Parts: sequence; structure tokens; C-alpha cells
Amino acid sequence: MSAQPLLRIRGLQTFYGKIQALHGVDMDVYEGEIVTLIGANGAGKSTLMMSICGDPQAREGSIEYLGENITGKPTYEIMRTGIAQSPEGRRIFPRMTVLENLLMGGMRSQPEHFEEELKRVFDLFPRLKERQHQRGGTLSGGEQQMLAIARALMSRPKLLLLDEPSLGLAPIIVKQIFEAIAELNRSDGLTVFLVEQNAYHALKLAHRGYVMVNGLITMQGSGAELLARDDVKAAYLEGGRH
Amino acid sequence: MEYFLQQLINGVTLGSIYGLIAIGYTMVYGIIGMINFAHGDIFMIGSFIALILVVALGITAATPVLMLVLALGLVLVLAMALTAVWGWSVERIAYRPLRGSFRLAPLITAIGASITLQNFVQLSQGARNKPLQPLISGDFQLTDGGADGSAFIVNLSYVQILIVLTTVTLMAGFTYLINKTSLGRSQRACEQDRKMAALLGVNVDRTISLTFVMGAMLAAVAGVMFLLYYGVIDFYIGFLAGVKAFTAAVLGGIGSLPGAMLGGLLIGLIETFWSGYFSVEYKDVAAFSILAIVLIFMPEGLLGKPEVEKV
Ligand SMILES: Nc1ncnc2c1ncn2[C@@H]1O[C@H](COP(=O)(O)OP(=O)(O)OP(=O)(O)O)[C@@H](O)[C@H]1O
Ligand SMILES: [Mg+2]
Repeated sequence: MSAQPLLRIRGLQTFYGKIQALHGVDMDVYEGEIVTLIGANGAGKSTLMMSICGDPQAREGSIEYLGENITGKPTYEIMRTGIAQSPEGRRIFPRMTVLENLLMGGMRSQPEHFEEELKRVFDLFPRLKERQHQRGGTLSGGEQQMLAIARALMSRPKLLLLDEPSLGLAPIIVKQIFEAIAELNRSDGLTVFLVEQNAYHALKLAHRGYVMVNGLITMQGSGAELLARDDVKAAYLEGGRH
Repeated sequence: MEYFLQQLINGVTLGSIYGLIAIGYTMVYGIIGMINFAHGDIFMIGSFIALILVVALGITAATPVLMLVLALGLVLVLAMALTAVWGWSVERIAYRPLRGSFRLAPLITAIGASITLQNFVQLSQGARNKPLQPLISGDFQLTDGGADGSAFIVNLSYVQILIVLTTVTLMAGFTYLINKTSLGRSQRACEQDRKMAALLGVNVDRTISLTFVMGAMLAAVAGVMFLLYYGVIDFYIGFLAGVKAFTAAVLGGIGSLPGAMLGGLLIGLIETFWSGYFSVEYKDVAAFSILAIVLIFMPEGLLGKPEVEKV
């Protein structure tokens, strides 16, 4: 763990019009880590992920990435610096084929690396290879989730933001996806920031975790620490153990 | 039969022009969900730019063939470039500042932009018709006059061939651009999910600008063809041609590229056959009636996008 975090967020406040969604969030993600953020519905987890990408833009506070202040930069510029997101709701381009969706994901990297990246994500999700000429909108929910993650990986990011990759998926697929994340982190040193409803799995997988309540971070610690806490168990784990 | 064939030729020619304009409507609608009512006037501007260039370059029917071809090629390229600047400016001035405001706002500025362009041309070029001596004359006679010379003679003029060939080439190139290149993919991505496109590093504003530029370039080609075909233009041609091309885009399915091409062809054919067999006076009514009928009974058009999508 290097001294300087890859992503450093301080006092972040984000608004939707007059409604404040984030009330001053502090958070660090170090290179090579898997960090997870858990919290109830409407806590502001997706807002935080999107704020990192500049949409919506932070009103107060700062976001530093690789030591550079990226607060206020347009989204497309931020996303060309090695950050990729698989957003909430997957947002697959429905009228593009799987391959075209992946091409969109790889737009930011050199075209000559495309084949190599493509092979990598197809190895990770062989299902996508079989379906490469099918239109995104006709994939099953699980296939769409795989595609959303694969598309984010196509740019070979340094920092991967994943918003609820397990949403609506069968346990076996969730397991596959979490294994894939762990593998990317282990073998490629990919840094992952993961938002999850599925707190048990996420905390087991992550090196560190944060808990968000109403737009504020209320707890943080190693995954194992948070898992052991009674208040975390009571609020986020009951019934969630599958 | 001869008469029918002639109408068919004329209809395909006219349909090519409408199709080229219709692509601009459909692309802009696809990407920002708005009808660019100034698009017809962009076509008109293209036509005027071409006329001014023809006069400035001293091109006449007497120009030697090789020179004529080169000069008209130059006119076409320059008209496309200059018209593109107009299309780009309309987007920057009238639409971009309103992006994200309520839906009717850009509609109002679109109409404003349309009136502004018309009045600008009316004031700077005069309200009267601007004629142009035919530059390309000559045709193929596809039938003779029959044994006694009394039958209808079917003509296919060089200009008609030029128009249809240019249109087919452009549409083929354009279809390739949209379907196979990275720019075209970015455009489709912005069309389907702008937020996601930005998350993948697409500069959405720039992509929208380019869409306007491309639409304006095709409208400029249509403007040049219109000028060569009819030999007379005025500041008002953009309105009528615009409405018909818009109808074509709706008929084909607004947002669909092949739909715009097909719709253009159909509107051109319907208008020509209507004038040929019923009444020339009511030919514009035909187009408007089709628009009304399509909007009522088939709002998604012939090739409209299927809305079956998982969310
Ligand atoms: N576009 C928006 N406009 C207005 N309010 C919004 C918008 N998006 C989110 N909010 C509000 O901001 C708050 C935080 O929402 P956010 O989507 O970040 O929650 P979340 O933690 O991701 O929840 P979930 O677990 O349900 O995905 C919520 O109160 C939500 O209603
Ligand atoms: Mg969320």
C-alpha cells in the first residue's frame, strides 16, 4: 500500500437541484485495493460513484485521482484517465451488438490493443463470446451484467468502479462475478471500488469497507472488522447471507 | 406505360433530394430527440451558396466539359463545407444553451432559427426568384415516338443521372460511416444513452455538433442538386422541401437512417405521380396529408425502431 491514495475524496457534497445527496464524504482508495461501500437504499452510494465521474459534479469538496484534482472536469475527460465504471442499471446500449458495446468500451485505449483486451474479457466471460453478435437489449439480465463489467474492462482501467454488479442475479452468477473481480485484482493489480447491496459477499471480498448512511460515511474498517461488528450485522447482513 | 416510366424517373430523382434532406432530420432527432425545424433552411442556404459560387466562378453551359465537372465538384465541396458551418452554428447558438431545459424550449428556438435564416437570405439575396441557366443539358431518350411519332417520349436527363448516382454513393458511404466507424458508433451510443456514452469517454457535445455538421453537408448536396435540377431557387424553398423531407423521415420512422432514405424515395414518388395523374396544384397537399395520416395511424413509421428492450 503506497502512501498516496489512488483516489482521495475530501468533504464531497453533491446536490440534485436543491436536494443534497452527499453531505461531506471522505474516502481513500489505494492502488491495488478492493474497497467496498455499503449502505441502505437511497444512502447516496450511486451518487458518490457518479460524482467521481463528474456527473453530477460535486458542489463542495475535492476528488483527487493520481494526485491530480479532477473535481469539475467534464465526464468524458475523467473517463479517459484510466477510470472506468459499470454503472447502476448496467446501461447496455440496447441496439448495439455485444461486440459493438465492447468496442465502445475500448474506445479510449489504443485500437491495436483491442483484440488483446477482447480476448481477455472473453476468457473471463466465455458466455459473451458466444453471444457477441446478439443485440445488447436482448441479453438476459446476467449476461447484461457481464457485458457491463466487460465493457468497463475494455479500456484496461487502473480504477474500476462497480455499482451493484450482483443486482438481480442468481447466486451462482454472483459467485462467478465476484471471483472474476478477485482474479482481476490479484493477477492484474486492478484497483476496484465496489458498491454492493450484498454486504456479506462484498465485505468478504474487499480489503476495506465503508458504510454510508444518508450521504455520510459512518463507519470504516477492514472487511473482516466490519463483518464482525454487531451494528453492521444488524443493519446490513440479516437475511443477506446467501 | 411511357408516361408511367417518365413519372417513375422523375419521382426517383425528387425522392433522392428529399432523402438527402430527411437524413438530417432523422439523425438530429435520433441523437437529441428534437426536430430541427431550421434544417430545411439549411438546405436552402446550401442551395444559395452553390448559386453564388457558380456565378462567382463564372460557370456556364459553355464551360468545357472537363472544366465543368471539376468546377461543379468544387462548388459541391465548398457548398458542403460552408453549409456545415451554418448547421454547426445553429446548434451552438440555438440548441446547445438550452440542452437540459424543458422540451419545448429548443422547439421554439428551432422555429426562431428557421425564420432568422429565411429572413437573412431574403434580405441579403432579395425576395425574388433566382434563376440559373441550365449547366448540364442533354438526355437519353429511352423510347422513340412510336411508328407515327405521336407516342410519349421518355427522357432520362444527365442531371437526373447525376442526382441519383450522387445520392446513392453518399448514402452508401454514410451508412458505412454510421454502422462501421468509431464516429458512427459514438453517434449511436449518444442516441441510445448519452450518460453512458460520456462514461465511456465520448465527448457528447462534440458528437452532437458533428451530427449537425453531417446533416448540413447532406442538405447542402441536396441544395446543389435542387439548383441544378430546377434552375430556380428562392428564400422559401427550404420550407416546402423541409416539410416534405420531414414527412419522409416520419414516414420511414423518425430516427431510422434507412427509413429516411426509403421515406424520401416514397414521398418523391407519391408527389410526382400525384402531379402526373391527378393535379399539380394539390401536390403539396398530398405530402401534408401523408404526414397527418402517418402520424395518426403509424406514428413509428415504416422502419421505426422496435421498442422491445430490457431496461
Ligand atoms: N437524478 C436525481 N434527481 C434527484 N434526486 C436523486 C437523483 N438521483 C438520486 N437522487 C436521490 O439522491 C439520494 C441518493 O441516491 P443514490 O442513487 O445515490 O442512492 P443509492 O445509495 O445508490 O441507493 P440504492 O441502493 O437504492 O441504489 C436518494 O435520496 C435519491 O432519491
Ligand atoms: Mg444505487
